[in-house]
Amino acid sequence: MNERVSRLRKESVETRPYISTERAELITEFYKSDIAEGKSAVVTRALVFKHLMENKAVCINDGELIVGERGPAPKATPTYPELCCHDLEDLRILNSRKKTSFVVSDEVRRKYKEEIIPFWSGRTLREKLFSLMSDEWHRAFDAGVFTEFMEQRAPGHAILDDKIYREGMLDFKRRITEHRGRIDPNDAGSYAKEQQYEAMAICIDAVITFAGRYADKAEELAGECGDARRRAELLHIAEVCRRVPAHAPRDFHEALQAYWFVHLSVITELNTWDSFNPGRLDQHLLAFYEDGLAKGTLTREEAKELLECFWIKFNNQPAPPKVGVTEEQSGTYTDFALINTGGLRADDGSDAVNEVSYMILEVVEEMRLTQPSACIQISSKNPQAFLERACEVIRTGIGQPSVFNTDVIIKELLHDGKSLADARTGGPSGCVTVSSFGKESCTLTGYINWPKIFELACNNGADPATGLQTGPKTGEARDFMSYQQLFDAYSKQLEYFINLKIEGNNRIERLFADEMPAPFMSVVMDDCIAKGLDYHNGGARYNPTYIQGVGIGTVTDCLAAVKYHVFEKQTLTMNELLKAAAADFAGYESLRNKLLNHTPKYGNDDDYADAIAEEVFEAYYRLLNGRDNTKGGKYRVNLLPTTVHIYFGAVTGALANGRKAGAPVSEGISPSQGCDSKGPTAVVKSASRIDHARTGGTLLNMKFNPQLLADAESIEKLAHLIRGYFALGGHHVQFNVITAKTLRRAQEKPDENRELIIRVAGYSDYFVDIGKELQDEIITRTEQQVF
Amino acid sequence: MHSRDNSNPAEHISEASATAEAGGLSVRGSVFDIKRYAIHDGPGIRTTVFFKGCPLACQWCHNPESRQSAPEPALRAGRCIRCGQCVELCRQDAVSLDGGLPRTDAGRCTCCGECIEACPGGAREIIGCEKTVGEVMAEVEKDVVFYKQSGGGVTFSGGEPLCQFEFLLALLSESRARKIHAAVDTTCYAEAEVVDAVGEKADLLLCDIKHMDSARHREFTGVDNDLILDNIRRLCRAGREVVIRVPIIPGFNDDQANIKATGRFAASLCGVERIDILPYNRGGNEKAKRLAAGIDLVQIETPTDKKMRSIAAKFRSRGFKVKIGG
Repeated sequence: MNERVSRLRKESVETRPYISTERAELITEFYKSDIAEGKSAVVTRALVFKHLMENKAVCINDGELIVGERGPAPKATPTYPELCCHDLEDLRILNSRKKTSFVVSDEVRRKYKEEIIPFWSGRTLREKLFSLMSDEWHRAFDAGVFTEFMEQRAPGHAILDDKIYREGMLDFKRRITEHRGRIDPNDAGSYAKEQQYEAMAICIDAVITFAGRYADKAEELAGECGDARRRAELLHIAEVCRRVPAHAPRDFHEALQAYWFVHLSVITELNTWDSFNPGRLDQHLLAFYEDGLAKGTLTREEAKELLECFWIKFNNQPAPPKVGVTEEQSGTYTDFALINTGGLRADDGSDAVNEVSYMILEVVEEMRLTQPSACIQISSKNPQAFLERACEVIRTGIGQPSVFNTDVIIKELLHDGKSLADARTGGPSGCVTVSSFGKESCTLTGYINWPKIFELACNNGADPATGLQTGPKTGEARDFMSYQQLFDAYSKQLEYFINLKIEGNNRIERLFADEMPAPFMSVVMDDCIAKGLDYHNGGARYNPTYIQGVGIGTVTDCLAAVKYHVFEKQTLTMNELLKAAAADFAGYESLRNKLLNHTPKYGNDDDYADAIAEEVFEAYYRLLNGRDNTKGGKYRVNLLPTTVHIYFGAVTGALANGRKAGAPVSEGISPSQGCDSKGPTAVVKSASRIDHARTGGTLLNMKFNPQLLADAESIEKLAHLIRGYFALGGHHVQFNVITAKTLRRAQEKPDENRELIIRVAGYSDYFVDIGKELQDEIITRTEQQVF
Repeated sequence: MHSRDNSNPAEHISEASATAEAGGLSVRGSVFDIKRYAIHDGPGIRTTVFFKGCPLACQWCHNPESRQSAPEPALRAGRCIRCGQCVELCRQDAVSLDGGLPRTDAGRCTCCGECIEACPGGAREIIGCEKTVGEVMAEVEKDVVFYKQSGGGVTFSGGEPLCQFEFLLALLSESRARKIHAAVDTTCYAEAEVVDAVGEKADLLLCDIKHMDSARHREFTGVDNDLILDNIRRLCRAGREVVIRVPIIPGFNDDQANIKATGRFAASLCGVERIDILPYNRGGNEKAKRLAAGIDLVQIETPTDKKMRSIAAKFRSRGFKVKIGG
C-alpha cells in the first residue's frame, strides 16, 4: 500500500469508536416537530431520511479519495433511538465494557439524559416489540432458548447487485414516476402504492442532495488547499459527487463512490443487520477497470489505491452499539459487509474470475482489516490458480477470504424457488447466508439454542437453571425406554420453540412493515418499485426468513452418548447420566471421561455420530423449512453462530456429551471444540453429511497450524481439501491459521498483539477485542497439526 | 506375522504372498495409528497407516511407539489427575504409584483396556492394535474423494511395514484393486525377496537413507546399511518409482562428507529424481516418555533452517528435486 493508504489505514485502525449523538438529535428534533404531521408511516420515514441527509455533517478526511461518513467523523457511531434508545446504564456499560466498547463523553451522556431519553422512552420499537410478545416467548427468550435479531436492529442482510452501475438515482426516479402514473385508483392498494412511491422519490432527492453537499464541501476544501495535487484531487472528488449517484457512474472512481453513497444511505436510514454490501464487486468493477486501462485514464496502481481507500471507508463504520443479548450474540465492531469475488457469470454461467478478483485478494492481503470482510466463491469452473492465490492470503492468518461453493449456492437458491438467472447473481453475505443479490429481503430473525432444547428434553421441559417450565412436558427422561423416545422428546421441544419464535416473528414482521418501512432500501432492491411495496413488506422479489440453528456438534454428541452408552452398551443408565449432569460431573469424573473420550463424536467421519447429525438436521428442516412468513416468503434453514455459541453455552447446564455447565456449545457446523481428532478431511466428511443444498448457508470453521501451510505444495493441498469438501456438497469453510501458543501469548500480552486477527465465525476480528471466554474457546478448537 | 528366522526366505515369501492373496481382507496386522490428511508422505492428500514394529533402533527415533510390535501401555502424564483408579482397577497388579503418577509394568500389563475406559482424565492409552486388511482399507477409503482431487492415496509407514509383509502385500493388493495410489515408506531393511514383492505391488517407494557409512549406521540404528543400500539399488534396477528420504540428524549424518556420499549414491541409482530431507524433531522424545516400557533417546538440537537449506542446495546441485520436510 502506498503512503496515503498507509496513513488513512493507521488513522482508521487507531481511532477508538465513540458514540455520536448527531443522528439521535436530528431524529428527535424531527419527531418533535410537525414536519410529518398527518403523513403516512412510509412518507414519514422518507422525511426522516431527508432530514438526516440534509443536516448531518459532511466529512472529508485529509487525503482520502472515496468520501462520506455515516457519522460526523470516522468511527463516530450513530444511534437509532427510534428502534432502541439506550438508557444511562447502557451508556455506562458501552463506555466501560472491556470488549467492543464505545467512548461515551459527558456531553453525549448529558444530551441523552436531557433530550434523547425523555423523548424516546416509551416510544421505541424495541419496547413495543417486547410488549407484543407472549409470556411463553419471554420465558424462552430469558432462558436463552433463542435470541431476537429485531429487538435493537432492523432487518437487513441486503446485498446490492449491478443496478447502480448501470443506472443513476434519477433513472430510478423516472421509473418510480412511470409506475406512479400507472396506478389504478380503483386498485385496493392504490393509496399504499401512492405513498410508497412518494416516499421513494423523497429518498432519491435526499441522496442526491447529500452527494451534492459532499461536492460543495470538496470544492470548499479545494479553495482552501495550498497543495496543488490535493486541490486537483478535491476538485475531482467534487466532480464525482456531482455525477453519482444521481447518474450512472462512468469510471472506476465514480463506481466506487456511487456504491459508497448508497451504502451510507442504507445504514443511515436504519441500523440494518450486516450493514450493506456491494456483493460481487469484481464483477461490477471489471468493465470500468478495463475501460479505464484501454482509454489510458486509469492504471492498475490507481485502481488498487481507490479500492484500498474504499476498504478504509468500511473500517471507519463500526457496527452500531449493541447491548444485552444482542451484544452477546454478535459481540463485534464488524458489521458484516462481505465482499464477494469469483464464482460464475450470471449471464452464461461461465468462470467469472477476472483481473479485479485477483486485485481484491491483493487488497485484502495488504489492508489486513476486519472490515470489510472478503470471500471467494469457487465453482468447479474457477481456475485452481485463483483458489491457491486465496489460500496464500488465508495463510497470512487474517481469516480472510472465506471460501464458498458456488455450485452448491446455486442449488440452495434454486431450492428457495429462485430462477437460475437470479440464483447466479447471488452469493453469501454477512457470515454465510445466501441470497439473490439486489432482489431479496433475506431476514435472519434469531439463533436457536439446540443444546438448551436438548437439556429441556432431558428435564421434562423444565429449565434446571431457573426451575421454570420453559418448554412443554415431554416426559421424564429417566423413564425413557429407547433412544427414539428421547429423540422424540427433543423434536417436540424443538417444534414448540420454533412455533413460539414464528409466532413472535409474525408480529415483528408486521411491526416493521407497518411502522418502520425502509423507503430508501426499497429504491435499490428489486421488485419494490415494480410492486409499489416496501422492502419490509414483501416488496423484494424474494423474502425468505431464517431462524439460525446453533450447536449441531454438541447436540449430536449428546444424543450419540445416550444412544451408545445408555441404550446400546447399557453401561450407564439415563438416571445416572442425568444425575451426573445435574452435579456438573462433580464426583463423576470417570463417567465424564467415558462420555468425552470413549463415545462416537461428530467431526470424525464416524458413521455412528454423523448419522445422528443428519437426524438432528432433518428434524430441524422438517419443522421449519417451507413454513410461511408474513411477506409471501418461506422459512428456510441455516446453521451459523456469530458469537452466540458462547452465550448459548453460558445459559446451558452440563450435558450428556460431557460438556460442563456454562462451557461454549459447538459453533456453526463445526465439531464440538477439541472433539475432532481425525484431521481436516474427517471434519469435512462429517460436515458434508447434512444436505447443504437444502439450507441457506452453513458455517464451518477450521483452525490450522501455520506449519500445515508452510510451502507451495501444502497450499496446493489445502486447495485440494477445499475442492474435496465442495465436491461433497459443502457450502463454506474458513480458516484460522495460527498456533494455540500464539493465541495464549496474545491473551497474556494484548498490547503487543493488537494487530492479531482471527476468524471467529463468519467474520474476522482482532483477537484482543473479543471476550476471554471466546478467546479460550478459539484456543481449544482443534488445531490441525502436521502429521 | 512374518518371523525373521525363516530358513528359506524365498519359499516363505511366496507362501506369504499366497496367503496375502487368498486371505485378502481378513489378513491381520499390527497398526498403531492411521493419520488422514497426511501431506508429507508422498504426492497429494494421503492417509498414512503406521505399522507397529521396527527392526531398527535409531537413537533419535521419531516414532518410538512403533518399535515394539506388540501393543503396549502408555500414559499422557499431563492429563493424569492422579486419582489412582487405574492402580485399584488393574487385575494384573501391573500399575503402581510412583510419586503420585501411575507407573505401569509393561511386562505384566495385558493391555486389557479396562483402565483406559475408567481413566477420568483420558490419560491412559494402549498403543497399537490388531486390524484386518478390511478394517484398514475401510478407513483408507474414507478419503478417496480427496485422493482423487489431489492425486493422493495411501502410504504405509511405521515402524517398518516390510516387517509385516504378508499384511502389507494384502493391503497393496487391495489398494490396487480399489485404484488407490499406494506408497510404502520403508527403511528397506528386509530380505531382498520381500523388497521385490513389495516393489512390484507398490506405486511408490519412499526409501530412507540414514547414513552412508555402515559402521556409523550400526552405531546409531543398531544395524548395518549394506542390506538397505542393496535393496534400494534392487528397487531402482527393477524400474520402481523411488524417492530417497534422508532424516537430517545433527551430529550424526549432517556432515558434508555424508551428504556428499548420499548424493553420490542417489545419483548412481537409475530413475531417482527426488530427495526429501526431513529435519529431526523432538516429537519422538515426548512420545518416548509416555511409553510404559520406556525408551531412552538421545537429546539432539533440531537442525536450523539454514542448515536444511544448505543441504537441500547440495542435493539440488546434483540435479535432484529436493523437498524439505517430505
